[in-house]
Amino acid sequence: MKLTKAQQALLDGSKGETMAKVVKTLVMYGEAFGAKRMVPVTSNYGHTVISYGLSAMKPVNALFQELIDAGLTEGQKFTADPRPLDKNVPSSLLEDIVFKKIMYSQQNLMEKQLEQLGIIDDDAYTCTCYVDQMDNRPKQGDILSWAESSAVVYANSVLGARCNRNSGIIELMGSVAGFVPEFGLLTDAGRKADWVIEVKCENKPEAQLLGSAIGMKVMEDVPYVKGMEKWLGNELDEDACSYLKDFGAATASNGAVGLYHIEGLTPEAKQQGEKLIKKNAKVYVIDDAELERVQQNYPIIWKDVNARPELCFVGCPHMTLKQMEDWADDLERELRKNGLDRVTVPTVFTASPAVIKELNKTIYAYKLKSYGIIVSYICPLMYMNNPLCKKKAVITCSNKLRTYTSARFYKESEILEIITRKEAK
Amino acid sequence: MKEFKGRVIVPGTCTAEALVSHGGFNTLASYQMALMFGDKNVKCGDQNNPDLYKQPMIGKALCLPMTIGSTTGGMILYTACAAGKQPACMLFSKPIDSLAASGAILGDVWTDAVMPVVDSLGDDFLETVQTGDIITIGEDGIVTVE
Repeated sequence: MKLTKAQQALLDGSKGETMAKVVKTLVMYGEAFGAKRMVPVTSNYGHTVISYGLSAMKPVNALFQELIDAGLTEGQKFTADPRPLDKNVPSSLLEDIVFKKIMYSQQNLMEKQLEQLGIIDDDAYTCTCYVDQMDNRPKQGDILSWAESSAVVYANSVLGARCNRNSGIIELMGSVAGFVPEFGLLTDAGRKADWVIEVKCENKPEAQLLGSAIGMKVMEDVPYVKGMEKWLGNELDEDACSYLKDFGAATASNGAVGLYHIEGLTPEAKQQGEKLIKKNAKVYVIDDAELERVQQNYPIIWKDVNARPELCFVGCPHMTLKQMEDWADDLERELRKNGLDRVTVPTVFTASPAVIKELNKTIYAYKLKSYGIIVSYICPLMYMNNPLCKKKAVITCSNKLRTYTSARFYKESEILEIITRKEAK
Repeated sequence: MKEFKGRVIVPGTCTAEALVSHGGFNTLASYQMALMFGDKNVKCGDQNNPDLYKQPMIGKALCLPMTIGSTTGGMILYTACAAGKQPACMLFSKPIDSLAASGAILGDVWTDAVMPVVDSLGDDFLETVQTGDIITIGEDGIVTVE
């Protein structure tokens, strides 16, 4: 890799040993992928996947402290993934002890370190930093140093920004240094599609199921998806963006997709069309039967597969304002139909602090509360990452949550039916 | 005995027992419970990986096509290295992915752990190697399976 004089000086220790290690890490990272140079980070803000002070992650705290002690706190400001704890989310006394005293004993330290390293503010904790209500929405062509698989795939695909699937820690090093190695999704060649996905479903496919099927098939490759126009249209309106948020999260967590193109909809697909598709791209045809096959193959790891659901999570990734409003309308209709006032399964909707603030200005906040819905800024994935939750019958329409925890996946329509079912009382 | 030539990502030599994942290795799902609750054997917690689920990973020659899943992956590998709970080595049949590379490099630059990493060993490598085989990595990155 050819470094500029300034970059070489940093590598040689002109700003101290720790900065030299930061640059060495970025150089090795780039060299593993044949990067020829570093390019400046051009977005206003970074985004880090690290927000939880797990006791097991003390080495991460130690590394952060090394950066802070070396005075490397003037880099790009950033948002971070959601917090792992919220007292509003149902938990037993034992769970509270496990969460606070054992698992997340380093949470205060982590948040203090993130503040020192440059988190934007106390409300900057969400996996959907790119929604309108947040202030971290890159432009097409911006070079990012982000991590969080669902945010990276959204920024690349829906916003047309350029970001590799960086790991936690590496993304902060890019923000500290102000440059990242140029390879993969930062290059034109790396953004070409390896796969053509032909969607031939009768009805609008569930976003998180379609994303899962594609992710498991193409893994880290770039898919070019055809056949979605009749459901998503040609404009990136709120509904389309919400759909693509959930779709992308499933491609990234069930596989390793960092970029997808939707024919006639996402920016590069609109601008370049089928020129984005590589010669000899592979083809994957998806119909309703294929989606059914994919869903049926998900392992169910509940001890009692017929257990009554104890908890439901909607919002991994965090919900948009529009999604919360639509769910409120759907709940109102179904509860009324079933002669109920409140949901019959404890249910948590998660969203960014900024979206929750906006929600609270509307009638929908009152409606959701009256239906028994708990609205939280929590990360459901982090909440469920413990043996106690593993024993719980938790349901979700998030394929990401299903992948990493014991939560059982249902389609959104199925979740709605389950949590408003009278006999569940 | 069969030899495979790959590309050295993190140099080093080692001899260890193979643990083979034919599907993508989900680093977060595999490590999270073991790291969080101090499992000394570092048993794999990824229910979607039938090759590895509940198998001890510490000290093994982890043979895999690539890693998948959350972008915490590299940070998790770094944490495993810092805690001395890393595999003996990681051997990729495909070119290494960005998350695995991050973890391997963070472990190399920021910890004292030794975890040689070789990629691009080819599909034939994963078709040949079986869990329990003895793997040796030489100075030149040549991987021997016996």
